[in-house]
Amino acid sequence: MSSISVAMTVNGTRVSESVPARTLLVQLLREQLGLTGTHVGCDTSQCGACNVLVNGRAVKSCTMLAAQADGAEVLTIEGLESDGQLHPMQAAFKEHHALQCGFCTPGMVITAIDLVANDANPGEATIRKYLEGNFCRCTGYHNIVKAIAAGAEAMRS
Amino acid sequence: MADNGIGASVRRVEDDRFLTGRGTFTDDIDRPGQSHAWIVRSPHANAKIKSIDIAKAAAAEGVLAVFTGADMAADEVGSLPCGWDITNRDGSAMKTPPHPPLAVDQARHVGDQVALVIAESRALARDAAELVAIDYEPLAAVTATAAANKPGAPQVWDEIPDNLCYDSGWGDEAATDAAFKQAAHVTTLELINSRIIPNPIEPRVAIGEYDAGNGKHTLYTTSQNPHVIRLLMGPFVLGLAEHKLRVVAPDVGGGFGSKIFHYAEEAIVTWAAKKVGRPVKWTAERSEAFVSDAHGRDHVTTAELALDRGAKFLGFRVRITANMGAYLSTFSTSVPSFFCTSVLGGVYTTPAVYAQIKAVFTNTVPVDAYRGAGRAEANYQLERVVDKAARELGIDPVELRRRNLIPSSAMPYMTPMALEYDSGDFAANMDACLKAADYAGFEQRRAAAAKQGKLRGIGLSVYVEAAGLGPSHLAGKLGAHAGLYESAEVRVHPTGSVTVFTGSHSHGQGHETTFAQVVSEQLGVPLESIEIVHGDTDLIPFGMGTFGSRSIAVGGSAIMVACDKVIAKGKKIAAHMLEAEEANIAFADGVFSDSASNQTLTLGDIALSAYVPHNYPLDSLEPGLDETAFYDPPNFTYPNGCFICEVEIDEETGAVAVVSFTAVDDFGTVINPMVVAGQVHGGVTQGIGQALLENCTYDGDSGQLTTGSYMDYTLPRADDLPTFAVEHNEIPCAHNPIGAKGCGEAGATGSTAAVINAVINALAPLGIEQLDMPATPHVVWRAMQAAKAAAAE
Ligand code: FES
Ligand code: FES
Repeated sequence: MSSISVAMTVNGTRVSESVPARTLLVQLLREQLGLTGTHVGCDTSQCGACNVLVNGRAVKSCTMLAAQADGAEVLTIEGLESDGQLHPMQAAFKEHHALQCGFCTPGMVITAIDLVANDANPGEATIRKYLEGNFCRCTGYHNIVKAIAAGAEAMRS
Repeated sequence: MADNGIGASVRRVEDDRFLTGRGTFTDDIDRPGQSHAWIVRSPHANAKIKSIDIAKAAAAEGVLAVFTGADMAADEVGSLPCGWDITNRDGSAMKTPPHPPLAVDQARHVGDQVALVIAESRALARDAAELVAIDYEPLAAVTATAAANKPGAPQVWDEIPDNLCYDSGWGDEAATDAAFKQAAHVTTLELINSRIIPNPIEPRVAIGEYDAGNGKHTLYTTSQNPHVIRLLMGPFVLGLAEHKLRVVAPDVGGGFGSKIFHYAEEAIVTWAAKKVGRPVKWTAERSEAFVSDAHGRDHVTTAELALDRGAKFLGFRVRITANMGAYLSTFSTSVPSFFCTSVLGGVYTTPAVYAQIKAVFTNTVPVDAYRGAGRAEANYQLERVVDKAARELGIDPVELRRRNLIPSSAMPYMTPMALEYDSGDFAANMDACLKAADYAGFEQRRAAAAKQGKLRGIGLSVYVEAAGLGPSHLAGKLGAHAGLYESAEVRVHPTGSVTVFTGSHSHGQGHETTFAQVVSEQLGVPLESIEIVHGDTDLIPFGMGTFGSRSIAVGGSAIMVACDKVIAKGKKIAAHMLEAEEANIAFADGVFSDSASNQTLTLGDIALSAYVPHNYPLDSLEPGLDETAFYDPPNFTYPNGCFICEVEIDEETGAVAVVSFTAVDDFGTVINPMVVAGQVHGGVTQGIGQALLENCTYDGDSGQLTTGSYMDYTLPRADDLPTFAVEHNEIPCAHNPIGAKGCGEAGATGSTAAVINAVINALAPLGIEQLDMPATPHVVWRAMQAAKAAAAE
């Protein structure tokens, strides 16, 4: 199996790794870098549990080769806190009980941050539409939608 | 009430780790020296395995071993057991076929495990799996529930005629037949409770590990009940005694029933780890989950309701054919029988109820409990047929229900299915829900929708569940092979902080918070000084785990009883230390006080004395402050409530939109209203999913699962759903110390009927009486076309 070397910035730290060429970004993050907050929920690019920010955009890391992220800035759920404080979107998820089992949660938070980058004040319909690539089987989305609206507001202020 | 005690919407303590990526799900665990398993699965629904050639695979890069069913059989690995026996109507026993973890001479459903490849990486194991050469002889297959028991159907098991697992009867048949003879009106409805693929977002994972130094096995697994897995897999499948087997279920990403059962892969990795001398990890791909996680529901039913002249229900009779799949999963047999039939009386005074259940084998994935198991099927049948009766008799569905509800004054109420409802005010639930949903204003909304080209409908469902499983003596009489108590150990540490070891398991329910609230309330210890430990058989005395809405009612009660024992012992210690009469010692808010002297000691003072027993009644009391309780409930709990759903149907496309959903539930005492509302949201969403979206289909000829990915199987998304309105009507359970009834399944149990009743209500003006789930746009559109064509004739 041919190996390649990839280098990128992950959560602010430069990393370079030698991996089999077919390695997916999510595998690099989870298996090589131990960043297991990014999850794998499907094999058809539908669930969004694997979402990370690549150069500021939400990307399904199960659908991108590690090689394609060479040179990129990658932000995962582990990189959102600053000074030990939850990111406002993380805090909103907690405040509004937007997670139950927590498996979809990292992908949801990442998607929410991506949404707010595009629309600082999203309404309910916008939020629901934007989540079309993220499954949650626990919450019925009710509290996720509320949390994203509140998180967006907190990010504005 | 303690600040963060019972009744407070405390924000969850587990959230921080999940929100920061610090959770530990099973797939996040890697063991030193770990190898990786890939399971070769049958591409055929039914096929003889003529030969398996592993040579090429075994020689492939990175491969450590390749095993087949013959290897496991040679090691005398047993069959995956079914934990619930059902007796046939003629008194004979049900048929239990073998269930080897790896199939030996025949594969019986697409996805059946046939061979195991272990390699240095998952990718290499998967590559090598392609090289396992299996010579199959495909056989005819049967997948449809209604077809399985028909003469001439393909046989799943040669030794089981007509694919019949059991034919059982529940309730009083003669009394029910007599009720139908007297009836002024009988409403009959044929319906299908559609098949569901549970789909927790975390796929199943299992890691087996063997320590040759002490002969101990460890299994890390995505389970709702690790002790049950230890019991089933240890002694019964692998011949391992419990003291040499540790089962750990760490953070688990949702279960909904599908992670209750003992699965083949758990036994396979545990067995294989010793064979290869290295830990073995298996992680399901989602496609594998579709063909290997136990599915849910899948009943074909004829339901009949007998009414007298005043529209009082006289009798309810159902005939159900329930699909078991190819093998009997752990609790499969109990779902259509006990769990479904016990609540067929529902919230009504119907005096006579009878159910005949035929369970059949098919060449499909095993079917077992899915959120609301059995009770959801029962409620769907009953509430659908009640609505149909209302239409036939020209009575408002609310009025028809009202005439037949069990009044709260009749509690405790003995049902014809031998359950005793302890409490509940079903009419109050319904009234509150009607008000919250503005039922009275519906016709205006319907008229407004019609102007927009939308057919608007409203539907309700009143429900009661038997939950809080359950009294062990009763379960034993009904065929269960296990007790249904729960255990808890409450360990007060020397300086007064507390660790609780619970046999319940949290995989989204929030026990680390809600159980701590119970302890905080009882012991007066602040939340941050309490830790809830679950999911490890080496740490926890025992446990039956989390299913059947039992965690707070049974697991929480066990914690309550253990806390009471701590307080009782603490009083003795306090009496000694204060030189007081024990009878004069009171305990409140974490403080022991002597009513005679007004002297006080904190729980921390007492704990320190218990562990440093210098001034301590050593002649009459053991040191330490660590109490264990096993709580066996005297009765089931009966969560109950009312749901109202409103839908709008696009006349052009048949698309159904849920425009509002209102729930009023009586879960008894609510520990954390925020968490409980979340359970309702999630449960209702699964019901809406089943009613409108989720469609599990098998190709009738090939037996292939045609909805085997998220491209084909429609999981509810955010924009398929409304915002929910949820209220609680707290009437404490009369027989457990917390007063809780359980809330995990209610949403799924009561919602399918409310949604479909709303859809039929919208379509009834076109003459449409019956639709089966899921009411997809295609199904609805076709029904509308057929109705319009019929009307034109
Ligand atoms: S794991 Fe990437 S979309 Fe599901
Ligand atoms: S919280 Fe469990 S899948 Fe979303």
